[in-house]
Amino acid sequence: MNAPVDYLLHLADNAVVLGQRNAEWCGHGPILEEDIALANVSLDHIGQARLLYQLAAARMGGGASEDSLAYFRDETGFRNYTLLELPHHGPLVGYAASDRDYAVTIVRNFFYGALMVLVWDGLTRSADADLAAIAAKSLKEARYHLHHAADWVVRLGDGTDESHARAQAAVDHLFRYTEEFWLPSPAETEAVAAGVGVDVASLRADWNALVDETLAEATLSRPTVRGYVPEGKLGRHSEHLGYLLGEMQGLARAHPGATW
Amino acid sequence: MSTLVERTWATLSPLTDPEIPVVSLRELGILRDVTATADGVEVVITPTYTGCPAMGQIEDDVKACLAQAGIPARVVTRLAPAWTTDWMSDAAKEKLRAYGIAPPSGTRPAESVVKFVRRRPPPDPVACPHCCSTHTVVSSQFGSTACKALYKCLDCQEPFDYFKPY
Repeated sequence: MNAPVDYLLHLADNAVVLGQRNAEWCGHGPILEEDIALANVSLDHIGQARLLYQLAAARMGGGASEDSLAYFRDETGFRNYTLLELPHHGPLVGYAASDRDYAVTIVRNFFYGALMVLVWDGLTRSADADLAAIAAKSLKEARYHLHHAADWVVRLGDGTDESHARAQAAVDHLFRYTEEFWLPSPAETEAVAAGVGVDVASLRADWNALVDETLAEATLSRPTVRGYVPEGKLGRHSEHLGYLLGEMQGLARAHPGATW
Repeated sequence: MSTLVERTWATLSPLTDPEIPVVSLRELGILRDVTATADGVEVVITPTYTGCPAMGQIEDDVKACLAQAGIPARVVTRLAPAWTTDWMSDAAKEKLRAYGIAPPSGTRPAESVVKFVRRRPPPDPVACPHCCSTHTVVSSQFGSTACKALYKCLDCQEPFDYFKPY
């Protein structure tokens, strides 16, 4: 039983967009250890994306490849959560410059990491054996990503007044974007019906427990959000994804087929 | 054909991990299987971490090594069952320790995801590969590569890499 291609692309696009976003810290990390840690987490995400794109490309046929899927689709073709494409700072218009804020990076990694340990765990039981194999590997990595992010949420939240204020601001800014996790897309609904996907709504209680426990330890409060549900996984993105893809895809489009 | 299979294992046995040149691909559990085919052998390898940059090098090394030995081979990458540090032999773990990398402890992420991410010290302390003290602390959960964490020994004061359970 094969998972719908759109479902594979959703998982792959999540991984590649967050991997690309976090790679911006490479060489600019707040401390050397975190610079290296973030680069390694990005490497895992890009590795997961490659396996998923390779699987999707093999099933699409027609000359599709991992590179054509990563580099030659436009932003409306991407199925990632809006949360993952946001810049590493609080709300600003897309072209405004701001210093990156590591609290935003960490809180985002934490919200996504807490989701993905649950998603990958569920997908290890997928009726799509190829997807289940990717999930089994990704789960092992996601656990370390979550552990890393949760550690830092506590260090920042329960740290100095400055780090606490920035961590709380990051939580307040990003929490609304997690609403997108719980409203299934047509691809997710189709995948669940076919026994190859995970019912995201069923993960919500576990995600809440994970998040609440860490936020409490970090002395951070959980904001009340209602109303706005982003639609990145339906291909409707914030203005930030285009800039991210411009950087990620520029080389491959300027020099198609380039190797080194 | 079994002799060709045996010859393949013997030919590949000196190949080591490009990042950790003291342990062989077989000892690490990356080299999974060799079977006879109609026109040669099929060699099965499995990736460690999904993004490990050494995997491409490993596949190239395996192909080059077999080509040089004149063994017609097809190299296949298989994801399942997922690679685990449990496949690492005791001899390999001892080589890691001698090389200055603390080998993976017996503790693997618990079955229950929620339990694992609770922030508790690992039940099995990580021993310093230099002085064997278990009086150690984690400096960063990701070290020089994704598969390692960075630790510090509080007795001999040396920093060291810890090969994380996977």
